[in-house]
Amino acid sequence: MKLYNGGKIIAGIVVFLIVATFPFWYGRGKAVSPPDLKLDTPAIQRLKEKRCVETAPFMRSNHMKLLGAWREGAVREGIRSYTAADGQVFQVSLTGTCLECHSNKKQFCDRCHDYSGAKPACWSCHIIPEEVR
Amino acid sequence: MMNLIASLITVLIMILLALGIAFSATLSSLLTVVIPYAALAVFLAGFLYRVLLWAKSPVPFRITTTCGQQTSLPWIRSNPLDSPSNVWGVIGRMALEILLFRSLFRNTDVAIVGQRPVYGSAKWLWFFGLLFHWSLLIVVLRQIAPWINGLSAADGFFEIGIPTFYLSDAALLTGLSFLFLRRVVVPQLKYISLFADYVALLLILGIVSTGLLMRHFSPADLLQVKNLALGWATFSPVVPARIGLVLSVHLCFVFTLLAWFPFSKLMHMGGVFLSPTRNLANDNRMKRHLNPWNAPVKVHTYEEYEDEFRDKMKLAGLPVEKE
Repeated sequence: MKLYNGGKIIAGIVVFLIVATFPFWYGRGKAVSPPDLKLDTPAIQRLKEKRCVETAPFMRSNHMKLLGAWREGAVREGIRSYTAADGQVFQVSLTGTCLECHSNKKQFCDRCHDYSGAKPACWSCHIIPEEVR
Repeated sequence: MMNLIASLITVLIMILLALGIAFSATLSSLLTVVIPYAALAVFLAGFLYRVLLWAKSPVPFRITTTCGQQTSLPWIRSNPLDSPSNVWGVIGRMALEILLFRSLFRNTDVAIVGQRPVYGSAKWLWFFGLLFHWSLLIVVLRQIAPWINGLSAADGFFEIGIPTFYLSDAALLTGLSFLFLRRVVVPQLKYISLFADYVALLLILGIVSTGLLMRHFSPADLLQVKNLALGWATFSPVVPARIGLVLSVHLCFVFTLLAWFPFSKLMHMGGVFLSPTRNLANDNRMKRHLNPWNAPVKVHTYEEYEDEFRDKMKLAGLPVEKE
């Protein structure tokens, strides 16, 4: 087997292999453990029934949709109350309702968002509670 | 027409198979543990095979399809990018070809106007081809290289919707739709379009649309996706309890594309670097290029001939060069 312009071909192949296998060698040895959420803020501990606005599985998969709907309802139409599936009524407010219980953004929100690389736009308008105090 | 229908049916069958996989635990684990590595192995090995096959073909002559004056006498102005005579010119020509699709920019269109052919420029394919390829690159970079600072932020600059709708996604869909529709709408193109032409576009279209579906309409379980990706990258794949339907279709499309890539026309990704009409300098008049497959020819020069027959030539009265 004779390669024509073998040097250039092999250089090209090496570059290709490095780029194509990039995810395997980038970040090797950097162990990333799955997120561990802290749900033990004082406000949550005071709750009799440990339940978010909706059930935990629903919140886990739909909190972004819910927050989006809250945002649009509150900002654009002035809807300030939300009736949950079980009939409880909540005030539509990120700072007043969500962050009242989940006052630990770093141990709660950021754990998952940093892990999965999701960058929510909440904090471009809202203040981060810990930074105020 | 047959090709279009056959490709649509093929992709539909793939979607149904992918949905079926999502419902079976065994097949799901196959899809998330075995198939990713198999597809990647086929992709890498096939890619190397194709490139080495090309590298083994001799290129005996400089193929000079040029659109400019070649380098010759100092007082004739040459065009170093269109007809390069050295390595730097070739690098410039290749860069313009790969980054800006210069050959496509020269596309012409012919129309019969008043029984006479009239030639005009045709930039649509160039524009949408460029749009498609660049936005695809940005989308791929956003996925595998999130450490490029500001790429996602610039891409989602207008913050349309939650989560942000990326401009590159819109551009990618626009480019792909154009490339697909031109093969459906233009009769001449439809006539020459093969099954594989449609399948390549439909596969990418399928990957893009399932991706957008998971981002904007039926959110995928991001934690699960992240666990999957991390598992693959660290060679310790995890088997998720249940794989989402859209995610299953998305993954099936990605792995099919990956494994089929080296054997399809998409191999132009590697092939463009080896196009002889683009990467050979036009230096035919400066250097002698020997045909590598020339058989050794036994030559008998006139000098040798005269040495051999000089006496006989003299006897016959023929003129000789050396006495």
